[in-house]
Parts: sequence; C-alpha cells; structure tokens
Amino acid sequence: MTIAKALRLAIAEEMRRDPTVICIGEDIAIPGGWGGAFTVTWGLEREFDSQRLRNTPISEAGLIGAAIGAALTGLRPIADFQYSDFLFCAADQLINQAPKICFMSGGRWKLPLVVRAPVGASTRGAQHAQCPEAWIMHTPGWKLAVPSSPYDAKGLLKAAVRDDNPVFIFEHKLLYGSSGARKEDNAVQVDEPVPDEDFVVPFGVAAIRRPGRDISVVATHLMLYRSLQAAYELAKEGIELEVIDPRTLVPFDYETVCESLGRTGRLMTVEEDSRRGGWGAEVLAEIAEKYADLLKAPPVRVATYDAPIAASPVMERFAVPDAARIAQAARKMLAT
Amino acid sequence: MRVLELPQTEQSRAPLPAPEKALELYRTMRRIREFEDRVYDWFQAGRIPGTVHQYQGQEAVAAGVCGHLAREDYLTSTHRPHGHAIAKGIPLTEIAAELFGSPAGCCRGHGGSMHMGSPEYGMPPASAIVAGGVSIAVGMGISCQMLWPGRVVASFFGDGAFNNGAFHEGANMCAIWELPVVLVCENNFFGASTHITLVNKVLPLSERARSYGMPAETIDGNDVFAVFEAAGRAVARARARAREGPSFLECLTYRRCGHSRRDQNKYRKFDYQEEEAHWLSRDPLELARKRLMREGLAAQSELETIDRAVASEVQEALDYGEQAPRPQGEEALRHVFWEEGE
Repeated sequence: MTIAKALRLAIAEEMRRDPTVICIGEDIAIPGGWGGAFTVTWGLEREFDSQRLRNTPISEAGLIGAAIGAALTGLRPIADFQYSDFLFCAADQLINQAPKICFMSGGRWKLPLVVRAPVGASTRGAQHAQCPEAWIMHTPGWKLAVPSSPYDAKGLLKAAVRDDNPVFIFEHKLLYGSSGARKEDNAVQVDEPVPDEDFVVPFGVAAIRRPGRDISVVATHLMLYRSLQAAYELAKEGIELEVIDPRTLVPFDYETVCESLGRTGRLMTVEEDSRRGGWGAEVLAEIAEKYADLLKAPPVRVATYDAPIAASPVMERFAVPDAARIAQAARKMLAT
Repeated sequence: MRVLELPQTEQSRAPLPAPEKALELYRTMRRIREFEDRVYDWFQAGRIPGTVHQYQGQEAVAAGVCGHLAREDYLTSTHRPHGHAIAKGIPLTEIAAELFGSPAGCCRGHGGSMHMGSPEYGMPPASAIVAGGVSIAVGMGISCQMLWPGRVVASFFGDGAFNNGAFHEGANMCAIWELPVVLVCENNFFGASTHITLVNKVLPLSERARSYGMPAETIDGNDVFAVFEAAGRAVARARARAREGPSFLECLTYRRCGHSRRDQNKYRKFDYQEEEAHWLSRDPLELARKRLMREGLAAQSELETIDRAVASEVQEALDYGEQAPRPQGEEALRHVFWEEGE
C-alpha cells in the first residue's frame, strides 16, 4: 500500500468512526478531480457528502480559519494544503490563532484540528518545494508529525484526528506513491502492507530503521530513505549507520536518540529544509546542551543549502542532500 | 465626508421592542459604558496592567446584536472586546478579574483585555489580529449547520478589517455555503488613526459586502433600536431552517474614547472636526434614554435606578478583580496543550 492510499484509508476510517470528523481543502472533493494535489482524498466524494468533504475556494487563510472555528465548536476537521509553501498564506491562522487559542483561554477551549501539507523539492521550483517543519516546530501549541512510511502515515493520522490539540502533519511529495495524472517523477517506492484494522502510532516514539554502531543518523521523509541508501553503501566500507526516524518532531523522542548515542557517540541529522534554523539545528542544540557527555565527536547537520530551490533539475539535485553527500559527511565525521 | 451620509438623530424611526426588551438593551449599554469608564479611570491611575482598547460610543452595536443571541449562540470578537463580552453575558467579575491577570478571570489571566472569551457563553478568546475572527466564524457556522441547527454566529469586526483579505475570504465562504453567520461591521470611521475615506474608494462598505451575494445594509449604529431591528432580521435569516444564510450589517458608530490606552484622538482635530462633533452629540445612551422617556417606556427615575444599580455592580466587579488572587509565575507554562478533565 502507498502512503497516499494509507492516508486515504485513515481519513475514511476516522470519518466512518466519528461523524464529527470532516475534511476541508482545495480540490479535495471534485468528481473527476485529483483528490487534493496528491490524490490523498481521491474517490472519497463517492462516500461522503459535500458537508463532510468540503471543497473550498483558493482561500488558505479562510479554510484554516474555518477549520479552527469548526474545531472549537464540536467538529474534528482535517484541513488540507496542496503544498506546504501555501501555508504562509494562512500564517495568521497557523501562528497567531490555532496554537494560541487553548492557551489564551486558560485551557478552556480545546482545538482538535489536523492540518496536512506536502513538503519537498520536486522540480517545481522555489514556491512548491519548501519544508517548513521548523516554522511549526518553533511555535508552541502545535504537535508535529512527519510520517515516512504507509504504516506510520495511517497510524499517525489516526492519532492526530483523535488528539484534542492542533496537529500538523507534513507528508513528502515523492513518497506518496501517487499514481495516474499525479504521478511524480523521481518518486521513491515505499509501499508496504498496512493492516486493515484500527491502530494508531503514538506520538513521541521514534523508530530505528536500521541498527548500526558508528553514527546515529536522525532523518525524516525523503532524507530518511537517502540516509538508508547511504548506510547501505557505507556498510560495504565497514561503516555502520544507525538510522532513526523520529516520526514526530513535537513531541520529539530524545530518549531513543540518546540510547542510540550511547552506542555510537556520534550524531548526524539529515533534513531537506535549508540548514539555517532547521529542525536539525534544534536537535543538535538540545543534545549538545543536555547530553554532551554522550558525544565523542562534534555533531553534524546535513541539510539543503541556504538558498531557495531552483527549478532546474540539475540545480535542485545539487542543493538537496543525496546519499553521496550523506555518506561523505559520515566518512568525514569518522575520520576526525 | 464625501460618500457616507451621517445618520441624523431625528431620522431614528426604528420600531421599539417590547418595554422589557427595550430596558434590557439600555441596561446592557449602561453596563458597558459604566464598566469602560471606570476601567479607564483605573487604568490611567495605574491600577490595571497591560493595555486596553475601549468601547465607549459603540455600545448600541454590541447591545443591539447580542439582544438577539442566546447563551449557546457563538460570537467572535476583536482587540476591542469588552463590550461584546459584557453583552454576551460573561459576568463582569470574570471580565474584571481577567483585566487584572487573575486565575479568577474568564481566561484565567492567560488572555487579558484583548482576548476576552468564555466557552460558557459561546465566545472563544477574541482575536486581536484585525479580521482574525471572521474566518473562525465561518467554521463555527459550519458546526451550527452540521451539529447545532438553529444556532447562529455573530462575528464582530471594525471598518479596518474590511480591507483585510481574511475578511473577504471569510465573507465569500459564508455566502457560498449559506452559513448562519451575521457579519457585524462596526464602522467607527477610523482604523487606529486612519480615516475611512483615506483607505476606501467605495463607501458605504455594505455596497461592497453585498457583492458577495448576501443582504447587506448600513444602519445607524448609535441607535440601539435600529441595530436591534436590523440584527433581528439578520439573525432570523441565520436561524431559519431553510438555510437563508449570512447577512452583513454595517453599523455606523464612533469611538468616544481613544483607539487604545492613552490615545487622545488628535488626528480627529485636523480634517474631521465637524464629523467628530456630530458624532459626539449623538451618544447612544442619551439617544436611547430620550427615546424611552419620550415614548413613555420608562420614567427618568426608572432609568436612574438602573444606572445606580449598574454603577454599584461595576464597582463590585472591579473591586473583585483587583482583590482576586494573582497566579504563580509557573502558570505561564500551562495550557499550551489541552489538559484532560477541563
């Protein structure tokens, strides 16, 4: 099963389980349409009416505001962004409103809101490429999930829908496994069997995707798979990366990372966001501040360079970390 | 004033509601005025922390609209929310305690002057971002339509919000989905210090709102009976089973106070003196008093009895707020996330 299908299944199951769950977004419920930008809600309009699967104008501020208002008054909305870049059109709703309403009310209003958004460079140029995890991670009041596998996509989305707080879910364009007209060039196949039964993936529990003794590599989304690829190559040289998928950035499972560091003594983060102020910087700072005794070597960040993403596939490939760059950083780390 | 015809006192022909309701509207306005005047005094004397954006002069709008709302109806408000909170029924003691940052406040001291609200009265913390409440009202309207038929949402905002994109996105969504929302624009002629004629090519604003496909009208927002009458029609449309949908009310009104804490309204003394004098001569409380007495709904002594009762109620509320316990500093870290059992 693909991630797109796993997300679709999670949405359908949650909507069947709880009549207060609704979806709201652009192009999400059009017969003959795409089912959102990357097919996640494709076909759901055959089962759910236009109240519960609510197609909106191109009004990001309006649709997130609407989702907030609905969440305050008894519904459990899942709001859909076509591209993460567009979330800045709703910056007031995402930064000033959603994560502060429970707080400003002294804990008297709850806000069971889910916002989903696709991240990642995909040869579309600078305004359809960003990975804004750090913007949301920086803002108190959000929980933040970053599923990289179909199983996690289903389980984390279900957990998000049942959470009484605002939850952001970033998904990666090249990992969806979208098909037909929405098929992505350079997509990575991450299909896996996903159980039909109801399950959730709890927040704040990282998964070790590959055990290794030399470097603890924390990576998300596409960078997780490129790190695994680098680990495969490096194994031939006798270098063993331990690859950790945090699954959620807020809350962040420092315990698993520290356990891993107890074995490796070396920390590397790999992210597709630009390097300055990305989530990797936060993880490194936290480990350096609190657990420096676990580190045998200075920690390392691998990230996209500090420039917007160019449209040229050649330039995009240069800017975004690939397995070779990750492997090179690992070799350099072990050489010092 | 080029484009807007200013309402004249003698034009007021709005029907009067039943005597009991008419006096209730007057009492609500008096509670707001008295509260705001005392808060002003206490704030200037340094007894209240933070900032305040006050509502003196606009009382007829909150009172007239909320006169139609039940406790379970919803309301979104702005950086100037005291009047809306009072008119919606949140106890004065809780509003006062909130001004002092007390855990006894309606937001436990986490909200303050600009974020008044209470789940018991259908009012989430007011949004101090101009137009921030409008799209939230859209979502509340969706909930009413799907879960709570018969409930309505009143979304209050100023003339300044009308030129913010969030208003237009929200207004359009209200219209396309026929949501039970009443969009209440309090046009007090100034966005902070900028006059409406400097930032609008088309006035009245209702003309632009109508283009979204909803009934829109401009009314005398200092005549509480005119507001009550127009809001009655808008709320009835919103409550109707047949999904008659949203309405837009532009209530022309005026601040009798500054924009915020120590503002002296100096910008009104330049090009807008006549307009200011016109509005200051039309105090909504005085207009209501005169009409109630002229038409025999209340004797002067009855109104004075209300005034005295309200004055002591407000005094007690502010005393309560000032003496209410203050939080521990560590409370600053609570309620970032929802706590079960709330």
